[in-house]
Amino acid sequence: MKLIGWAIALAAVLATPAAAQTTVATNEAAAPAGNAMAADPQGTGGAAQAEAPPFQYQAPTAGVGEPVAGGLGTQEQVTEVGRDAAAFHDFWLLLICALISVFVLGLLLYAMIRFRRGANPTPSRTSHNTAIEVVWTVIPVLILVAIAIPSIRLMRAQYSFPHADLTVKVIGNQWYWTYQYPDNGGLEIVSNILREPNDPTLKPGDRFRTDADGPPLLAVDERLVIPVGKVVKFIVTSNDVIHAFAIPAFWTKIDANPGQLNETWVKVDRPGVYFGQCSELCGARHGYMPIAVEAVAPEKFAAWVASKGGTMPGATPAAAPAGAQLPPANAEAPASAESNPPTPSVADRATAND
Amino acid sequence: MSTIPADALHLEKPGKAHSAEHHDDHKPGFFVRWFMSTNHKDIGTLYLIFAIVAGIIGGSLSGIMRWELMEPGIQVLNGAWPFGPGTASFDEWAHHWNVLITAHGLIMVFFMVMPAMIGGFGNWFVPLMIGAPDMAFPRMNNISFWLLVPAFILLLGSTFVPGGSGLGSGTGWTVYAPLSTSGSAGPSTDMVIFALHLAGASSILGAINFITTIFNMRAPGMTLHKMPLFVWSVLVTAFLLLLALPVLAGAITMLLTDRNFGTTFFDASGGGDPVLYQHLFWFFGHPEVYIMILPGFGMISQIVSTFSRKPVFGYLGMAYAMVAIGVVGFVVWAHHMFTTGMSLDTKMYFTAATMIIAVPTGVKIFSWIATMWGGSLTFETPMLWAIGFIFLFTVGGVTGVVLANGGIDTYMHDTYYVVAHFHYVLSLGAVFSIFAGFYYWFGKMSGRMYNEFLGKVHFFLMFIGVNMVFFPMHFLGLDGMPRRIPDYTPAFSEWNYVATVGFMVTAAGMAVFFVNVFYSLFAGPKAPGNYWGEGATTLEWTLSSPPPFHQFSTLPKID
Repeated sequence: MKLIGWAIALAAVLATPAAAQTTVATNEAAAPAGNAMAADPQGTGGAAQAEAPPFQYQAPTAGVGEPVAGGLGTQEQVTEVGRDAAAFHDFWLLLICALISVFVLGLLLYAMIRFRRGANPTPSRTSHNTAIEVVWTVIPVLILVAIAIPSIRLMRAQYSFPHADLTVKVIGNQWYWTYQYPDNGGLEIVSNILREPNDPTLKPGDRFRTDADGPPLLAVDERLVIPVGKVVKFIVTSNDVIHAFAIPAFWTKIDANPGQLNETWVKVDRPGVYFGQCSELCGARHGYMPIAVEAVAPEKFAAWVASKGGTMPGATPAAAPAGAQLPPANAEAPASAESNPPTPSVADRATAND
Repeated sequence: MSTIPADALHLEKPGKAHSAEHHDDHKPGFFVRWFMSTNHKDIGTLYLIFAIVAGIIGGSLSGIMRWELMEPGIQVLNGAWPFGPGTASFDEWAHHWNVLITAHGLIMVFFMVMPAMIGGFGNWFVPLMIGAPDMAFPRMNNISFWLLVPAFILLLGSTFVPGGSGLGSGTGWTVYAPLSTSGSAGPSTDMVIFALHLAGASSILGAINFITTIFNMRAPGMTLHKMPLFVWSVLVTAFLLLLALPVLAGAITMLLTDRNFGTTFFDASGGGDPVLYQHLFWFFGHPEVYIMILPGFGMISQIVSTFSRKPVFGYLGMAYAMVAIGVVGFVVWAHHMFTTGMSLDTKMYFTAATMIIAVPTGVKIFSWIATMWGGSLTFETPMLWAIGFIFLFTVGGVTGVVLANGGIDTYMHDTYYVVAHFHYVLSLGAVFSIFAGFYYWFGKMSGRMYNEFLGKVHFFLMFIGVNMVFFPMHFLGLDGMPRRIPDYTPAFSEWNYVATVGFMVTAAGMAVFFVNVFYSLFAGPKAPGNYWGEGATTLEWTLSSPPPFHQFSTLPKID
């Protein structure tokens, strides 16, 4: 039943002009919401959508890809880099932190009891001990080396940039995200926060958040959909001020700087919905521009692309003149989703030194 | 450490020309004394009063923020707080949040911690500890304080004029471009920039004064290696101020011209670079965090030594650890920018350099404990704050090592983990050392003793309160909660609730503090010259409490 209601809501979004304004509380300065085709001046994209079957989004799994109520640790990681990083934090850094803190606390408490005036009325005059001063300089250095080695290994892994199977251009805007799929017929997704059902600015017919969309303040109307098991490269930039594209479950965070391209990558190993939030102060509604990534099996990804009127690389751009925007190079790529379509070469600060 | 000739102790000794003595100690009238002051102790007092006023305002702002964050949803910004008219739009509510975080950060950094530590305790005790009659440039000292007042007025005034989505400047204390340029229309951000210019000029003048005083006005026999560690800490801090603040001034001037005169230093569409601002800001900003903590290190050294009745352990190591922290502090700034898209090599360098700072910091922690080791410890209020400082600063330090890892920072950056970390080193580090110094020297400055019982109640309430506020923020950050958001998804509500309750405990502790201050100022017992006894060996304890209006007209001689 929920899914039917969902489908109706989606249809309403697509059909209602008012639904083109779905920001959190007011309609002013709203982003162009809904499914916008990047190159669809004639509205033919709508026809393409009518042909493709509607895509069934999945409901998020509680506790995965989203914060856990009363949680004490990092979110469950669904990328290899993320798991390595979380393990480095949980089983090495945290351990060292705790040991050092407890050691210092123990020394303080011992000194406070053993050398209180009642127990030690005559203070010593010791003010130097070269040996111990050398020891407490050298041992911290060794501890830091023991931290630095795995730390450098982790950074190398994050910057390894395998060949991308899919490239998504992520654009931050005040205060919503735009996702472009240059490999998929110039598909463009505009992603806005979903308002709560009791939001006073909600008008009849406006879509509101349900639990199938995700938790409050994290759920969005249009998710960024990516295939699992594929290397997805995010090219990140901004249209106005600095934002930051962050998904904790992927151990990913990269600033969206206006006029610059940043690059990061993920390889998600299981389907699910993963939430993040803008992580650089970007003005009034900085707290209201969440990120929701849905990772799906490659064939479902192709279905999603079709439902949005996009094309898979190499496929015939059936009834989708939107694909005209594509560089023709992409048409040469094999049809299979497993293929490695040529990725646009990007002059990127992140890789310049790699 | 040093013996003081008897005639240095009491300037009013008979036998000298009476009229000169009388003239020396003749305090000017109220207006001339407090508004045209050239006396380092009076200026120090003015700085301390200023810092307390600013601290009340900045602390109240945190109260409003904790109130708003107590539960999910918007409860306070929508009209329950004084500056938010009930008719405001949602964008204005959300903008008010950004104004709160901006004002809280700027007030606490520039108008509370720095004036209290450097202007307040530095002015009061650097001349006393080195046996100097006053600061080298007394009039410059005065203007250095009085520049802060218009700076503070500009900052407070900026919250009443348009700054983009609503009244006030909502750029964060870091004032990142382009949010602070094209993203914040209206005069508010310009006022904030001018406030920073004035506060920066004030600090530069103060720094010049301290360097000159410490280099030229030490008592005969007091070599640099015999200076008390608090003086060392102020000396290193003054150099950091002198080198870092001009960079901030340049960066915010470029902001100003980007905003008003069409330059594009930080705008890529005109050939500029928004990340350049961050490099300039943090080239100032990272030394700034050591500016805020180094004088605290100095005070803690004095206090631990006094209440252990032992000289500081490893004096030279302590002094040069501060110098090392100051030097290395200038080459680690980009660890605040790990997610801006820097190259792998840059990230590795800044990771390694940042971790190196843990070594001199560790030397200091262990030397404080070694100072206590073998001592004859008593636990008056200043010592409690000092011991609390050592432990909590250690906790803040180890989370700093976590954040230093560029790969780990990918997750932690701009989350509450960072908020927890820097409040552990500032709110529980710098502020604890300020309270330690305040109780330690309260009798010396005011001539009356604080109430020991109230002081201890204040300490324990604050200790419990601030840990309740900030420890759960580690959990929130690990769970993924971003900084600087006025509302959050319900999964974050448990720890936010605990933090707000912790704020209430802290506020109760602060109430006890103010009761203690007012009670002690008017009804506290008279303080003798050296009320801490054998452990207090620096020169200020050779004088009466409060010290005479002009001290050391005959310079003390140090062996």
